[in-house]
Amino acid sequence: MESLAELYSTYQSTLAYVGLNALLALSVYATLSCGQLALSSAGFAAIGAYAASILTLNFHVAFPFALLAAVVLPMIVAVPLGLPVLRIRGVFLAIATVAFGEVVRLGLVNWDYVNGAQGLVAIPQKTEVWMVYVAVALALLLFARLRGSKWGFALEAIREDEPAARTMGIHTTVYKLAMLVVGAALAGLAGALEAHFSFMVAPNGFAFGRVVDMLVFAVVGGTVAYYGPVVGAAFLTILPEALRVIAPLLGIEPGPLRALVNGVVLLLVILFLPNGIVSLPSRLAARRKARSAAA
Amino acid sequence: MSGQQVINGLFLGGIYALFALGYTLVFGVLDILNLAHAAVFMLAAFVALTLVSAAHANLLVALPVAVVFAGLLGLVLERIAFRPLRGRSDSNISGLISSLAMAAIFEAIAHEIWGPNTARFPFDTLPDQQLQILGGVVSRLQLTIIGVSLGMFLVLWWLVQRTRLGREIRAVAESPRAARVLGVNVDRAIAWAFFISSALGGAAGVLFALSFNSVSPDMGRGVELKGLAVIILGGMGSMTGAVVAGFALGLTEVLVVSHLGGSYRDAVSFAALFLILVLRPRGLFGAPSLREA
Repeated sequence: MESLAELYSTYQSTLAYVGLNALLALSVYATLSCGQLALSSAGFAAIGAYAASILTLNFHVAFPFALLAAVVLPMIVAVPLGLPVLRIRGVFLAIATVAFGEVVRLGLVNWDYVNGAQGLVAIPQKTEVWMVYVAVALALLLFARLRGSKWGFALEAIREDEPAARTMGIHTTVYKLAMLVVGAALAGLAGALEAHFSFMVAPNGFAFGRVVDMLVFAVVGGTVAYYGPVVGAAFLTILPEALRVIAPLLGIEPGPLRALVNGVVLLLVILFLPNGIVSLPSRLAARRKARSAAA
Repeated sequence: MSGQQVINGLFLGGIYALFALGYTLVFGVLDILNLAHAAVFMLAAFVALTLVSAAHANLLVALPVAVVFAGLLGLVLERIAFRPLRGRSDSNISGLISSLAMAAIFEAIAHEIWGPNTARFPFDTLPDQQLQILGGVVSRLQLTIIGVSLGMFLVLWWLVQRTRLGREIRAVAESPRAARVLGVNVDRAIAWAFFISSALGGAAGVLFALSFNSVSPDMGRGVELKGLAVIILGGMGSMTGAVVAGFALGLTEVLVVSHLGGSYRDAVSFAALFLILVLRPRGLFGAPSLREA
């Protein structure tokens, strides 16, 4: 029991980041679930993180209300962003939303009230690990409820063929916008929770690379199932930590080589597991069945 | 706008245009964003630097060698990260991620070989004579950079518009299936597109390294997003557009820096990019299409 507590305190931060990254991955998954590659989540996370931090740091607002603001403000921003942007499709949508994220980030860099590029420090540490996991559980519940519902079928139809879905009378804009708003809420919440876990926020924490990470979590985990992004976030957040422990045992130097192994693992997953890690059990089962049929 | 600013903008724009041309060539052919393009850009710069500083090669030897090396990297990329995904329904997203994985691998290799610090060219390798043109001062280095960019644009234009290979690449861009039916070796055409694309990216990397005299494993990061901005502004897959937009971005950045200050440089380009996407998604020179996705 004691060693378990020790283990927990050593890996508390990893554990929190597994949950935070899962939330961010789910925020990208929200729009992916209706076939839209929107990469605005880093921008929304920045808005949420800064809104909550300003409230707790400068106005001493209670943490739950700060979190509420971090959820609502990105949702409000998502509507005027989504209305024009969601008419664009494919890679173009991805790039337009990346541009939005960069404008948010560069706006923060040039905003003196929040210390520009240095960002805010000494944010009160209010986030507990369980709060992160409650948020993840609620998000999963939402996506689980969507599956098989009228909404869920509409989203699937839009993902498979948007013009056809529109022809069938599905109000595609409403659905796409709703998922963008859901994603914005999740990203904003994750941003605020992270800021109050790590004591600080800086604009560069929300750069292009961050939103790419979120997409990678979602796709590596698998976007065929709503829990795939969580699996991907857990796998890829723990992998570097695990490599740090394992690498010395194998005689590999830490540092660049670890990044190399990380890249190779990512490449292998994307090449050999087309539907992500969550498709692994069914693939193995299919192979076993094929083998026993041959024998 | 003074003559000096025009010159600075043109020379920055030439580098952006070279980088974006490579990006847009692969996108035009495969509809895939190759996010490892910036890593090739960086590795080519390191190869040129090593040739000049360790092997004491002349710059005019090091540049072509680094460019060919970058092209070969493009072949590696195509073989490892893109060909296995061809035909998969989600290949535009999975290709994005496999190229990202290759970028991480390339960056890790650069870290391992050259270390994380910024490296510089030896003191006497860069031509630094100054010339007076258009009321501004130009170094011979800047002229070389503009000259190499223009030369590569012409070679690329000739390759794509006037040769059999160029016709094949354009046919594959239009429709791989139709091209195959007509007897085009699709795999070969795509491999060549990657070779040319990465060679252009590599050339941009060497020129960028020369003009700022710094090479580091993360030097591609900033240019990566600007390259995206350029190909969107110019219209995805449009080579004329990439060149015009590259120069336009270079000139705009120089203007913004001198009038608003350095910290607004990137914000202005992304705000412009965002507006273009919302108002005219196909870019300035792109052709409309019914189903992009």
